[in-house]
Formats: sequence, structure tokens, C-alpha cells
Amino acid sequence: MERKVMEIRRRHLRRRKPNRSKAGDIGIYLLLIFFGLFMAFPLVYAINSAFKPMDEIFVFPPKLFVKNPTLDNFQDLLVIMGKSWVPFSRYIFNTVFITTVGTAGHLLISSMGAYVLAKYVFPGAKTFFNIVVVALMFNGYVTAIPNYLIMSKIGWVDTVWAVVVPAFASPMGLFLMKQYMEGIPDALLEAAKIDGAHEWRIFTRIVMPMVKPAWLTLMILSVQGLWNTKASNFIYSEELKTLPYALQQIINGGVARAGVGAAVSLVMMVVPVTIFIVSESNIIETMASSGIKD
Amino acid sequence: MTLMKKYLKKKKREAAISWKIAKKSKTYYLFLAPYAILFLLFYILPVISSLFLSFTYYNVLEPPKFIGLQNYINLILADDVFLTAVKNTFLIAVITGPIGYMAAFIFAWFINELPRYLRAFAVVIFYAPTISGQVYLIWAIMFSGDAYGYINAFLLKLGIINAPILWLTNPDYMLTVVIIVTLWMSLGTGFLAFVAGLQGIDKAQYEAGYIDGIKNRWQELWYITLPSMKPMLLFGAVMTITQSFGVADVPMALTGFPSTDYATQTVVTHLIDYGSVRFEMGYAAAIATLLFITMILCNKAIQAMLRRVGT
Repeated sequence: MERKVMEIRRRHLRRRKPNRSKAGDIGIYLLLIFFGLFMAFPLVYAINSAFKPMDEIFVFPPKLFVKNPTLDNFQDLLVIMGKSWVPFSRYIFNTVFITTVGTAGHLLISSMGAYVLAKYVFPGAKTFFNIVVVALMFNGYVTAIPNYLIMSKIGWVDTVWAVVVPAFASPMGLFLMKQYMEGIPDALLEAAKIDGAHEWRIFTRIVMPMVKPAWLTLMILSVQGLWNTKASNFIYSEELKTLPYALQQIINGGVARAGVGAAVSLVMMVVPVTIFIVSESNIIETMASSGIKD
Repeated sequence: MTLMKKYLKKKKREAAISWKIAKKSKTYYLFLAPYAILFLLFYILPVISSLFLSFTYYNVLEPPKFIGLQNYINLILADDVFLTAVKNTFLIAVITGPIGYMAAFIFAWFINELPRYLRAFAVVIFYAPTISGQVYLIWAIMFSGDAYGYINAFLLKLGIINAPILWLTNPDYMLTVVIIVTLWMSLGTGFLAFVAGLQGIDKAQYEAGYIDGIKNRWQELWYITLPSMKPMLLFGAVMTITQSFGVADVPMALTGFPSTDYATQTVVTHLIDYGSVRFEMGYAAAIATLLFITMILCNKAIQAMLRRVGT
């Protein structure tokens, strides 16, 4: 038996998956390519529009690909940004601040909660988790007014905290982390406890490295949400406004700004897409080589 | 009497025991506390206030006035548009929910079958409609009602139609267009969670599977992959329910708000109509509450179904 296992392990190393048919592989490739073209469409469109000169933007029938690519749209954007009342870097700073602090806090706080909910039984744990899942289903639109009243009671209206602090406790994050952490073997935690590690140490040294794919995914989702937040419900002061809000005002400047609008969409996409690509390749790399679960 | 006393004694003892356990679990409560406090304050409190508002007349300017079940009665008996909205929402949810959910899993799984260097690239491509913000607006150009819209131009050229079709303003086609675009965007949160979940499956299980004689990838999927993915499948299901019952942005952006003959009115656009156009927050809250209850029931049904996976 032992020998057989070793042999299979060796074969497994040579060919990743021994029970795969060629026809199936080809079918999967074809399907992925077909649907991939369909899915990649918006990216291709956004990139092409941003480099289109004015006359190509309004050509009828509309063309997907750019003929004479130009950087005019980006130059116009820079000029308009330079004219803004508050230095434009201020808007960028606001959004970067909201995104980084909001995401970091969310990752830490919801992972801590998710860890104890996933791995321990204590009074109230189950009920609390069920409430979190159910809370996901209440339409956020209606809660906007009670939310505003709470913020004004705390005195956070017109501060970034009205956006950042609620982001810490977004129910989706806790749900995702808890579901993923259920896969951690109990034996591992017990072994660590016998070695004398206390909960915080187990959490930071064992649990978090093991659930890296989960918190990288959560990071993508959180960055994507916060980066695009306009926060116009809570923030009125010009110097606290966010980047999407300021860019929206530029686009609203009229038809003549259509080219700039396309450039804006591309610029806004760069950060989330970059973070997305970096984390996604990390999710796939780390788990293929870490061997924690092997 | 003695029975009652006995019962009370038992209850008391149980309470004492759970109190003891709770005291022992102090560390756990400390871990949960930061999340729990913020969650109660910024999520639960607003939801409870909204539930309360649904029994009132509240126009934002005057304080809410208690009117009992009147909002619910009006919704069900007197609001024809609401019934249209319910019908549309169910149609959208029943079609896009299951298809979107399965597509998210199937694509995540297919991508997982690819060689490693291709995987990250494929994930980016398939997630593109979700990450590129409001790019679904290009569908407005695709389905544009004149002869210059991509789809009309294409069909005219092939001779399938003689005159351009008003895709976005003719009630015969509007809902179909909304469903297609919603489907195209449905690889969202669930898809990413599945990609992460597939990476977390214990590789030793697959090796054990090879020894036990799992012949092909389909058997492997049903007996190993799906059962190990159960927590993530549940997460994906809940996210799909919230997304497919909450459809509002796509119909509002493509077919206008309000749409022709309310042909693409959904429960959430109806809610937005009352909340931000008419300022009848009590009524809007009643709509949200009904939607909330429907989604919870739907979630219960799906959880029961997922329990049978891999058996």
C-alpha cells in the first residue's frame, strides 16, 4: 500500500491530474475562449475609447477599435484637474485614505470575528452569525436615512469616518472569512494550543496565513467598493470630497467632455484592476506552492 | 406546581451553565467585540429603524406617524405597479439567479483546470464586467433603437428584420434585454469566492481520490470538489440571492426611470421611486421589508438544497 501511494504521488508530481481526458481539456479551452471574448468586451472598449480623438468618439455607426490613438483626452483631463478649486491631489488623497484605512480595518476586524465564529462554540455565536447573513439581504437604500441620523448623533457627518468606520463591519466580509475558515482543521489549532500558543498568536501566525486566498479576495472586493465610493450622502466640504465625486463633476461639464470622460473611466479602473491582478495571481501562486494543506 | 418549579429550576441551571461557558469564552467575545459593536450600530440599528418605519407614514420632513399595516395593505391591494414590479423581479431572479450562480461556479472550476500561468489571466478576463464599474452602459449603444445600434445594424444587414427594433423602449423586448445584460454581469462576488475556495481544497483529498479509483473530472467534481466547497457554495448562494433580487441599476440605466409602461420596473426601482422621488419613506420601507422576507425564505430553501450536495 505504502509503495502504491508513493508511486501515485510521483505520478501526481509529473502530471498534475492523471484522470483528465484530452477531449475534455479541449472543450474547456474552447468554451473559455468563446465566453472570454464576450466578457473582455468592456475592458477592450474602455481602453479604446480613452485613446480616441474627438471625431472618432462621435462617429456613426460607433466603432469599437481606435484608428488614430491620441493622448489628448488625458492631457485635457490634466488641464481641467489643474484648474480645480481645491488642489486635485486633495481628492486623490481622500480616496486613497478611505480605501486603505477602510480595507485594512475591515480585514482585521472581520477576520477576528470570523475566526472565533468559525472555530469555537460559545453562547450567542450561532445566532449572531445568522443575523449577519440575514442583514446582507436588507436593501441598503432604505437604511440610508436611519444611517444618516446615527452619523449626525455621533457627529461624523461631513467627516471621512462616516464612510470608513461602517466599512469595517460590512457583513459580506465576515461571512466570506467565516465560510473559508471553516476549512481549517481543528487538530492544527489544538496542536498549537498544546505548544502553548495563545489565541492571538494562533490567529495571526496560523489562521491568517492559511486563509490568504480568502482575505486577498476580500481585499479586492473592499478596495473595489471603497475606491468608487462617492460618499455624497455624508460629505459636503469640498476639501473632503472623493476622487470619483470630483471626476463625476468633470464629466458633467457637457458633451465636449466626452473624451475626458473616457479617460476618467480608464484612470479610475487602473487602481482596482492592478490590485485585482496582483492579488489574484498571489491567490493562485501561494496555494499552489505553500503545501500547508498538503 | 411541582412540575413548574422543576422546569424553572432546570431553566435556571441551564442559564447558569451557559453563563459559566460564556465567562470561559471571554477571549472569544473579545475577538468578536469590535466587529459586533460596529455591526450593531451601523447595520442592525438602521435595519430595525427601517422595519419600524414601514408601519408609519414618513415623508422625511415631518416626524413619522404610526399608521399600522396601512402601507402593506396599500402595497398589495391598491398598487398595480407594485404587482408588475414583483412579477418582473421574480422573472429576473428566477432566470439570472440560478444561471448566474452555476455559471460562476462552472467558470471558476474550468479556470481552475487551466495551467497555473493562465489562471490569473483568465480570472481577470471573466471578472472584467464587474470590475470595470459602469461599463454596462455600452449595452445602451449595442441595443440603441435606431439603425446605428450595433444589434439593429447587424440584424438589418442580415435581412432578419426590415425596420430597426426599439429594444429599450418597446415593452415587448425591454425585459429580455435587461435579463441578458444582468446575466452578463452576474459573475461577481460569488465567482471570486469560488476561485478562492477551489484553491483552498486539501490536495491530499485528490490523491486519495486517485487511489480510490475516481475515473474522471466529473466524478472528482461531485465526490471531492463540491463537498469540500460547501461553505463557499453557501456564500455564493446568498450573494446571488441579494444580487438577483436587488436588480435596479441595469434597468434604470438602460430602459430609463421610470421605464415605458413600467415594463422593467423591479421591486427595488419601485422602492427607489417612492424613497427618492415621492419621499414616502414609510412606504419604501414596507417594500424593503417584503423583499427582505422573500429573500430570507429563498435563502432557507437554497440552504436545504445545498445540504444534499455530494451525497
